[in-house]
Amino acid sequence: MNNTSKVPVREQDPKVRATNFEEVCLGYNQEEAMEEAARCLHCKNAKCISGCPVSINIPDFIEELKNGNLKESYKILSSSTALPAVCGRVCPQETQCEGKCIRGIKGEAVSIGKLERFVADWARENGIKPEKPTIHNNRKVAVIGSGPSGLTCAGDLAKMGYDVTIFEALHESGGVLIYGIPEFRLPKQKVVAKEVENVMSLGVKIENNVVIGKSMTIDMLLGEEGFEAVYVGSGAGLPKFMGIPGENANGVFSANEYLTRSNLMKAFKDDYDTPIIAGKKVAVVGGGNVAMDAARTALRLGAEVHIVYRRSEEELPARREEVHHAKEEGIDFQLLTNPKAILINDNGWVKGMTCVKMQLGEPDASGRRRPVEIPGSEFDIEVDTVIMSLGTSPNPLISSTTEGLEVNKWKCIIADEENGKTTKTGVYAGGDAVTGAATVILAMGAGKAAAKGIDEYLSNK
Amino acid sequence: MYKILKAEKLADKIFLMDVEAPRIAAHCEPGQFIISKLGEKGERIPLTICDYDREKGTITIVFQEVGASTYKMARLKAGDSFTDFTGPLGRPSDFVQEDMNTLRGKKIIFVAGGVGAAPVYPQVKWMKEHGIDVDVIIGSKTKDMLILTDMMEAVTKNLFICTDDGSYGFSGMVTACLQDLVDKGNKYDLCIAIGPMIMMKFMCLLTKKLAIPTVVSMNPVMVDGTGMCGACRLSVGGETKFACVDGPEFDGHLVDFDLAMKRQQQYKTEEGRAFLRAQEGDSHHGGCGYCGGDK
Repeated sequence: MNNTSKVPVREQDPKVRATNFEEVCLGYNQEEAMEEAARCLHCKNAKCISGCPVSINIPDFIEELKNGNLKESYKILSSSTALPAVCGRVCPQETQCEGKCIRGIKGEAVSIGKLERFVADWARENGIKPEKPTIHNNRKVAVIGSGPSGLTCAGDLAKMGYDVTIFEALHESGGVLIYGIPEFRLPKQKVVAKEVENVMSLGVKIENNVVIGKSMTIDMLLGEEGFEAVYVGSGAGLPKFMGIPGENANGVFSANEYLTRSNLMKAFKDDYDTPIIAGKKVAVVGGGNVAMDAARTALRLGAEVHIVYRRSEEELPARREEVHHAKEEGIDFQLLTNPKAILINDNGWVKGMTCVKMQLGEPDASGRRRPVEIPGSEFDIEVDTVIMSLGTSPNPLISSTTEGLEVNKWKCIIADEENGKTTKTGVYAGGDAVTGAATVILAMGAGKAAAKGIDEYLSNK
Repeated sequence: MYKILKAEKLADKIFLMDVEAPRIAAHCEPGQFIISKLGEKGERIPLTICDYDREKGTITIVFQEVGASTYKMARLKAGDSFTDFTGPLGRPSDFVQEDMNTLRGKKIIFVAGGVGAAPVYPQVKWMKEHGIDVDVIIGSKTKDMLILTDMMEAVTKNLFICTDDGSYGFSGMVTACLQDLVDKGNKYDLCIAIGPMIMMKFMCLLTKKLAIPTVVSMNPVMVDGTGMCGACRLSVGGETKFACVDGPEFDGHLVDFDLAMKRQQQYKTEEGRAFLRAQEGDSHHGGCGYCGGDK
C-alpha cells in the first residue's frame, strides 16, 4: 500500500454527471474506507481535532472504523456533530482537519471527510440513530432557523435535556442545506432530510412557515410563548448586487434565487410548478462555493457556463474540490475579469456583458492582492443569463424587530464567539447571521458553542 | 396544513378564501402579504391579505386565476387545505405607524383596480376603525368583474365605482374617475392606489400632475418572500429595493414601472407551459403537440 496518498474515491464520470443532478462523489465502500482508515497514525496529540470547529474525536472514530466497529465509530462521531453525513460532504476539510493532518507533511492527509461520510452513510443505511437523551428538564428554548447552526444548537440542547422548538421560515427544514447547496453535492431526501429527522429523534420540534420578526418577535418568544432562551441562527440574508448598469434586466438573477428555485423548489424537475430560466449561455459572477454551485446547476440545466472572477485562480474562495469538479465538467473560468455593465436587448433581456481585464496590485485588508482594472482592456461577451454570486448582506427582519439586540457596522448581530451571547439577555446567536456568509461547519461550531452558553446561562438563572 | 374555511367565487376567475392561520392573524397589519403553497410540488404564491379575524384566527385572501398554481388553487373547496401558508410578510402600510392627529388631518383617497380591491379593503377598514373617513374608488373592466363593493360600502361613506365600459357607475377608468373628483373640487393629501401595474403606472402619472403624494403596492415575482432571493427587486428612486422586505408599498412617484412590468414578464413562457400541464394533467406532452415542448 502506498501510504503517501489517499485511497481514491469513486466519482461519476464528468461527462455523464454534467447532464444529471445525481451526486458527483460516490464515496468509499467499506473496504476502501477501512484501507484509508489504516493510514491514520492515531497521533496522541491529534492536531486534526483542533482543526475541527466542532472538535470531533477524529483519531478515535477512525480507529473504530479501521477495526470494523462501525456502530462504535458512529457513536463517537454523533456525540460531536449533529450532521456527519453533511459535514463529510461539504466541509472544507483541506483547510480544517485534513489541513492539520501529519500525513499531509509528506504526502496526502488522511481523507477524514470521506471517512466521516462513509460512517454516517453506513449508520443511516442501517437505521442507526443518535442516542436519545435520558434527561428532561422541561425548560423551553427556541431556536430560529433550521440550518446547520440551528440544528446543531437544538440537537446539543436536546441532549442536555432541554425542550427545544425550532422555528423555520421556509416550508422545508434544513436552511442552506436545502435551498442553497445543490442535490449533486448534497442529496436532499437521502441525506439532509434524514439528518433533520435524526435531530428530531432527539426530541427537537420544528415549526415551519414561521418567520421570526414577522409572524412573532423574539420578545414574544421570551414572553407569552414561554421560552427561557432564544438562539438566532437565521442565516445569511439579502443577496448583494454590483450596482452596475443593466443589473435589473430580465435574465439577471442572484445566485440565491437561481439556487433556491432549483434546490428548494426543485425547478430542475419537470413535474414541479416553479419555473427556472436555464439560459443557453450563462455568466456566473463570483468565485465562491455558491458561484460554483450556481455554475454547475446552470450547466446541468443545459447551458454553456462561464465563471467571471476578478482575482486569479489562487484567490478563488471556493473549495478546491468544487473548482476542480467545475473544470472537469467543462465550466470555463474567465479569471482576472470584472463586469462593468450588462447589455440589454430591446425587450429588456440580457444580451451580453461588458467586462474589463484586471491585474493584482498591493494586498488589501483581507490580505489578498487587490485587483485593479487594466485601463482600456474592456471587452464584450455574449451571454443571455447572468447570475450574481457576490455574497449577502444581513437580513434585517430580526435585528430591526428586537429591541436591545445590537448589530455591528456590517449589520451582523454582535455575539460572543465563546458562547454566542448577544447584547440582549437570554438571546444567543451564531452562524452567518453573526459572521456574514461563511461555511456550514463554522455555523455548526457556533451553534455548539451557543448551546453550551445557553446551558450555562439557564443553569445559573 | 392550513384549512380553508370558506371558498367563494367573486367574479369570473376571481376567488375569495378564508384560511385558518392563527399565527398570521394574530399580528398581521394592513399592507402585508402571505405566501401560500399547494402540494409538495407547488409554487410559493405571494398574496396580499384582504382581511383578518384575530379571534377566529383566519386570514382572507382574494386571488385571480392567472397561471398553473392559481388554476389549482381555484379548484379548492371549503374543508381543503393549503400545504403551506406563511406570513405576515412585508412591512405594514406606513399610516399604521403614523401619528393619529396628522393622519386625521389628511384627506385620503384609495383607488382599487380589479383584484386590487382586496388589499385596499383592510386599509379602508383600518381607517374606519380609527375614525377616519376616506374616499374610495373601485374600478374594473365591466360590471361583472367588480368585487368586494358590499364589503367596501360597509367601511366607507364615499365609495365611487367605475367601469371601463360604463356598464356600472362612472364610465371610464379609475384615472378618469379621480380626475373627475378633483375637477369637482375634491382635494386630496394622499392617494393609495393598488391594482394591476399598468393601472398603478397611469394613476401615478396623473397624481404626479395633480401633486398628490401616492403610495402603491407592488406585486412582483417572488420566491421566498423573506429577502433571501432578490427576485422581487425593483428600482425605486434609482435605488434597488426588495419588495418583500422593503415593501410591498412604495412611493408611487419613485417606482420605475416600465422596468417592473418587464420583470413581471420574465417567467411568462415557463408559466404558460406549467399552466398547460396543470390543465391537461397526465395527458400533457408539452406545447401544442408538434414540438414536444421544447419551443
